[in-house]
Amino acid sequence: MIDNLVIPLLKILIVLNATLVGVTYMVLLERKVIAWAQSRLGPMRVGPYGILQPVADAIKLMIKEDITPVRADKWVFTAAPIISMVPALIVYAVIPFGDKARLFGRDITLYISDINVGLLYIVSVASVGVYGIILAGYSSNSKYPLLASLRASAQLISYEVAVTLTLVSVILVAGSLSMVQIVRAQESSHVWFLFVQPLAFAIFFIGGLAETNRAPFDMPEAEQELTGGFHTEYSGMRFALFFLAEYANMIVVSSVATTLFLGGWLRPFPNVAALGFLGFIPGWTWFLIKSFVFLYIFIWVRATLPRYRYDQLMRLGWKVLIPLAILNLVVTGIVKVLLL
Amino acid sequence: MGQAIAFYGLSFFILFFAVLVVSTKDTVHSVLFLVLDFLFVAALYVLLGAQFLAAIQVLVYAGGIVVLYLFVVMLVNLKRPPEAYEDPHRRTNLGFALAASVLLEVGAIATYGYASPAPALARASEVFPVSGNTEEVGWLLYTSYLIPFEIASMLLLVAMIGAIVLAKREL
Amino acid sequence: MATPALHHGAMFDTNELVLNMGPQHPSTHGVLRVVLRLDGEKVVDADVVIGYLHRGIEKLSENRNWTQIILLTDRMDYVAAATNNVGYCETVEKMMALEVPRRARYVRTILCELQRIASHCLWLGTHAMDIGAMTVFLYAFRERELILDLFEEFCGARLTYNSMRIGGLPLDLPPGWDKKVLEFCKIMDVKLGEYEELLTHNRIWLERTKGIGVLSAAQAVDLGLSGPPLRGSGVPRDIRKDEPYAAYAEMTFDVAIGTAGDTYDRYLVRLEEFRQSLRIIRQATEGIPEGPIVGKVPRLIKPPAGETYHAIESPKGELGYFIVSDGKSTNPYRFRVRPPSFCNLQGLRAMVKGHLVADVVALIGSLDVVLGEVDR
Repeated sequence: MIDNLVIPLLKILIVLNATLVGVTYMVLLERKVIAWAQSRLGPMRVGPYGILQPVADAIKLMIKEDITPVRADKWVFTAAPIISMVPALIVYAVIPFGDKARLFGRDITLYISDINVGLLYIVSVASVGVYGIILAGYSSNSKYPLLASLRASAQLISYEVAVTLTLVSVILVAGSLSMVQIVRAQESSHVWFLFVQPLAFAIFFIGGLAETNRAPFDMPEAEQELTGGFHTEYSGMRFALFFLAEYANMIVVSSVATTLFLGGWLRPFPNVAALGFLGFIPGWTWFLIKSFVFLYIFIWVRATLPRYRYDQLMRLGWKVLIPLAILNLVVTGIVKVLLL
Repeated sequence: MGQAIAFYGLSFFILFFAVLVVSTKDTVHSVLFLVLDFLFVAALYVLLGAQFLAAIQVLVYAGGIVVLYLFVVMLVNLKRPPEAYEDPHRRTNLGFALAASVLLEVGAIATYGYASPAPALARASEVFPVSGNTEEVGWLLYTSYLIPFEIASMLLLVAMIGAIVLAKREL
Repeated sequence: MATPALHHGAMFDTNELVLNMGPQHPSTHGVLRVVLRLDGEKVVDADVVIGYLHRGIEKLSENRNWTQIILLTDRMDYVAAATNNVGYCETVEKMMALEVPRRARYVRTILCELQRIASHCLWLGTHAMDIGAMTVFLYAFRERELILDLFEEFCGARLTYNSMRIGGLPLDLPPGWDKKVLEFCKIMDVKLGEYEELLTHNRIWLERTKGIGVLSAAQAVDLGLSGPPLRGSGVPRDIRKDEPYAAYAEMTFDVAIGTAGDTYDRYLVRLEEFRQSLRIIRQATEGIPEGPIVGKVPRLIKPPAGETYHAIESPKGELGYFIVSDGKSTNPYRFRVRPPSFCNLQGLRAMVKGHLVADVVALIGSLDVVLGEVDR
């Protein structure tokens, strides 16, 4: 009873809440880091150094008037933010934050579930998220959101191909679809897959930027062109859901990248015994540090680069990334066969 | 017992949404019900222990193909000129014919299936030391079903080339 | 969603989407409205609708006396107000054949060039922001702030300066101001490198600006463009060189011109103008002569009857004043401005055709229009 029901439920509760808090603080982090990059201070008023800003933002968004445009498709308009939020959250079910922890005399695994097809689950759930954007654009009954949602869906579908192809080459190396097994494969082969699959990592990173609609691929919400993108007509909590979904997706992408390429919860150089003194740091800390570095790079990129144009983005996706990913996959396959 | 309840529950929802798909007036809503339908079918696969198939079902159908449907439905104007509605029953006969043929087919499969159980296929795990769903599916695809698999991929390739030729009129 | 017109049996007919960009839109730099006719995301045609910021400055000027008009000119190109002042005062001086002391002309040159840098900073920031590089925006505004501080010290205002008088300057330079200007030049030299590092060789920036909105030299002349958009197309026309005013005849500087006439060339031209402006400011500040700041101006300004056109090179292009005086009253009979932004904006339609929506904002940015000046 406890093992089958209570603990998983507790884990879900903790992960869900940690994610939501993490997401709101991600927003603050982004504002702060970008502000520093631009010789500003960022939020400073709410709490010391603005650390309570997310709370204020949340309150503001919740008490804002919730507007539905008169000629909108009401049901779809309401469903769209939910559709984009839910996939971003349920993906966390298979992300291994750590290996095992002993708590109250029990061995508790630091992941909600380790299903056999973990990676495929992430990809398929993430692919449903695109509906939120398409439907938001369609149901708003307004031109800018429509244009933005067309851009977004074309972008997501194209980059999904490249990203999934890189994941396949990682699967080939690891020999498993399970997230936990992939980390263990990195442990047993004594190397992070980042060094085995550098090209895959690069493509995954670029694709990850595109799939989360981040700069320089933030066309779907390019404020300067489309006034706000697919969520132009949204306000209040529904807007907040889109906003949170974007950041939740960023965290998902960085968690997946950490798991697949950076050795998940493993400490750096897990095979070097000389670094054994680092063993006192629990695995989940390494996981969080690695993901954080990733998120930081996401923000850094946004502060530095201009935005691609829509057609250039598609060209990059289809004519550069996908061929490279296929090439990488083929080479990986050949090497794998030769080595066996 | 629990499995049976889950199965009938899921089946009910699958049929319910299937009916909604064809009965809804708004085409976009109808596509959305189709997505829901696919998700419940995926749940059914999970119930049968085929997680791989379930994930693929969501990835390919819900996340890929139907998105394109949605594109088409959103962008192509489906409102037809009034003449098209002159005889709302002119396709009724065709509909009945199709429904009858589907029913016949289902009946045939059911009787044939009961009369002669399908020949037991070699289970992957017996021949090859595989563990888990994915490996099993992969093993079967590349052994017992190699030719259908390759034919299907050829078909898809042909379809893709055809689509490119149609879309790009001058090459 | 647009509801397209229906044709019989044509289920797959395509329709143009009419998109109203502005007057409330983040990238129209004020209240410009562009009606875009789109085929997908490709612009088939663009119609520029202006007039949302019309305040009737020209008509208003006909009912103000000659000195009062100076502060109205501030409100035209409000990011380069001192330049407008200089242009107007010089026109009146030309009508009255007034001699402006050399010191005043030097100060005018310094102020004009500082304004050019401030205006180009604003342009660079917003242009980069339109293309998505938001850090450049804040960097450029940081430096613009320093110029505003200099102006504040000189005349007390930060945006609308009212910093000229007919025949000279309202007041002399504050002590130590020239040192601060030179100090600023030193800072700006470094910061220019920072902007260039972020943009000039950035691949995304190159892809977004190269080959976008190409205007040939002939086209640019036909459209009546002036300033950086004209020079970007390779026409070496700069009033500071061709018809020197203020103290430009005594300065050495180069006129930057482009070759391809695309957005990237216009960007490079303006960046080079930053450098040339700094060069002029250094020369003028170091060589500033002593002497009076106002010439011999009659108590009552009443230019003789006649009409005069005088143009200066504002940061945006040729800023011309056409003023008719009847010689009797204390206000102009007719007051007309040739604003560079208005004329440059006419190039937009020729430039955007065939490009994508995203390029439209890049092109509006590359023309560097100020709506206060377009509508007046």
